[in-house]
Amino acid sequence: MGRDAGRLSLILLLAPFALWIGLLILLPQIGIGYVSLREKVGFNRYEYGFGNYAAFFGEPIYRNTLLRTAWISVLVTVLALILGFPVAYYIAKMARERSRAALFLMCLIPLWVSDLVRAYGWIVLLRETGVISTTLVSMGLIAEPVEMLYNDVTVVIGLVYTVILFMIVPLVSTLQGMDDALLEAGYNLGGSRFTVFRRIVVPYAMPGIVSGCIITFMLAAGSYLTPILLGGKNSSWFTEQIYNQFITRYNWEAGATFGVLLLGFTSLVVWAGLKLTGQSLATTVAKE
Amino acid sequence: MYDLSCASITKKFGAFTAVSDVSLDIPSGSFFSILGPSGCGKTTLMRMIAGFETPTSGDIRLKGRSVVKVPPNKRAVKMVFQHLALFPMMNVGENIAYGLRCRGDAKADIPRKVARVLERVGLPGVETKQIAQLSGGQKQRIAIARCMVLEPDVLLLDEPLGALDLKLREHMKIELKQLQHQFETTFLYITHDQSEALVMSDAVAVMNAGRFEQIGTPRELYDSPISGFVAGFVGDSNCLTGRLAEVRGEQASIDLDGGGTVVGRLSDASRPGDAVEVFLRPEALTITTSETNATLAGTVDSMLFNGANSRILVRLANSQLIEIADPSAATSVRQGDAVALTWQPDRARIFAGRAA
Repeated sequence: MGRDAGRLSLILLLAPFALWIGLLILLPQIGIGYVSLREKVGFNRYEYGFGNYAAFFGEPIYRNTLLRTAWISVLVTVLALILGFPVAYYIAKMARERSRAALFLMCLIPLWVSDLVRAYGWIVLLRETGVISTTLVSMGLIAEPVEMLYNDVTVVIGLVYTVILFMIVPLVSTLQGMDDALLEAGYNLGGSRFTVFRRIVVPYAMPGIVSGCIITFMLAAGSYLTPILLGGKNSSWFTEQIYNQFITRYNWEAGATFGVLLLGFTSLVVWAGLKLTGQSLATTVAKE
Repeated sequence: MYDLSCASITKKFGAFTAVSDVSLDIPSGSFFSILGPSGCGKTTLMRMIAGFETPTSGDIRLKGRSVVKVPPNKRAVKMVFQHLALFPMMNVGENIAYGLRCRGDAKADIPRKVARVLERVGLPGVETKQIAQLSGGQKQRIAIARCMVLEPDVLLLDEPLGALDLKLREHMKIELKQLQHQFETTFLYITHDQSEALVMSDAVAVMNAGRFEQIGTPRELYDSPISGFVAGFVGDSNCLTGRLAEVRGEQASIDLDGGGTVVGRLSDASRPGDAVEVFLRPEALTITTSETNATLAGTVDSMLFNGANSRILVRLANSQLIEIADPSAATSVRQGDAVALTWQPDRARIFAGRAA
């Protein structure tokens, strides 16, 4: 009786998870994979094969867009880590108990606004007739208004701003678990600030660093609005290519192929990153 | 030559004085304890010696050299933390090698030094074990080895036995003492557990409310405390309150609050009429059933059997409970018996009453 009830509750608890994974993740992936393998040869006539993939690798602009997307995403991830780590360290270790929650909340507030509005905020600041440009002109520092939108630097800034929170949150939670005595022991045994940071803080925070990097990289590589709005037509972001194939050119087969390739390639980058730093996915969840 | 001396150290946090005008000198190679209740400032004092806090005034000298301006990572003082603070992401060997690498020892020497210190703490060959694989006592020894490999002038220990279970704690007390003998290094041990301090130390400083009440050997503290706080905190004591009635030389008689008069040895400058406390060690009391020479009367409330530490609880006329360790009486009295308690007046210590 009790065992049956236990089993029933397990099934009931797992059902939403199974439905979610099955219907919203596995099924669409299978569908996309299936579509990517077919080629339209005539009205309602399809052939199956790797023709779409061959077409991708045959066209340098597609390849380069994917590589560029991955490279900028890596850059965004590294910048988010460099900028996010001190913030997370301050919140977790140096801020007082009372201000900690407030600081954390201040990091979260931008997330309450949609990506679109946040990107638009940058546009208001950076465009030719925007706040920064007009201010500089009125102060007499520059002669003519400058266009600060539509270049790679702006895209990187915008992306770092969008994703940095997802770096800070896991870092704060791992760093909060660190006993201050570990740092004091590090100094007491003769370590300099740098040694303590390199040999104690970073290894301890590694699970947070790894999970933060994976999340930010995946978010950056898969983002659409920020690169399009801030980078303009020539942002050459890979998600833009996917959108073009699906919507503008109505070429679902090519779009699906690109989707599969983006997932495959970003996963490959994450795997390579884990290998290079000698970490495993397990370290992101298992502590000690 | 003192390994460590502190000269009138004071530490204030805002308006709160955590450590007030504390001085101590620890001779080379001794086991020195600071004993006090939690919040008495002993941890703050230790953190100042380690360099994590800066004294508001006063001087700290290591082997005669002032270290107040020396940063914590440059002091020849190593510390065993309360929860040990072993680095969980390093194995045992790396934990011990950490300090050697920070000091810049030759790479080739490090494994040999690590192996030797592990041998000295009785855990040879555990270099590749993870910290989580060690037992509580082993972690303790690794934490000590990690400090001792650097050959510090003074080793600080901040209640390191607090997290262990009772049996292991008893065992580690003896082991710590032996390790200290073996390394011949000065140990400064901080604890709130009087039995740890008494068993291990060559000298003990009893600390209360930021000040040292008394510094002395364990025996001095136990047999001739200089204040009511020390008498009550070090070892077991029965405390009776009353008013000083009459002083004759060193001896005095006291009218107890609940009625009755006792005699004891006046140990401070209290005057007749002052509120005082009388401290009686359980082993100083003898139970008699005859009324002769009686000083206090009561009834046996209960017998607490604990092997050699057995106690008899006697309820006095004023309903206060008194603990007695009188092995010869343990078999002859029963619960409910009317008994009388006697003691040599010298072993009852009288101090001014504490405002509490």
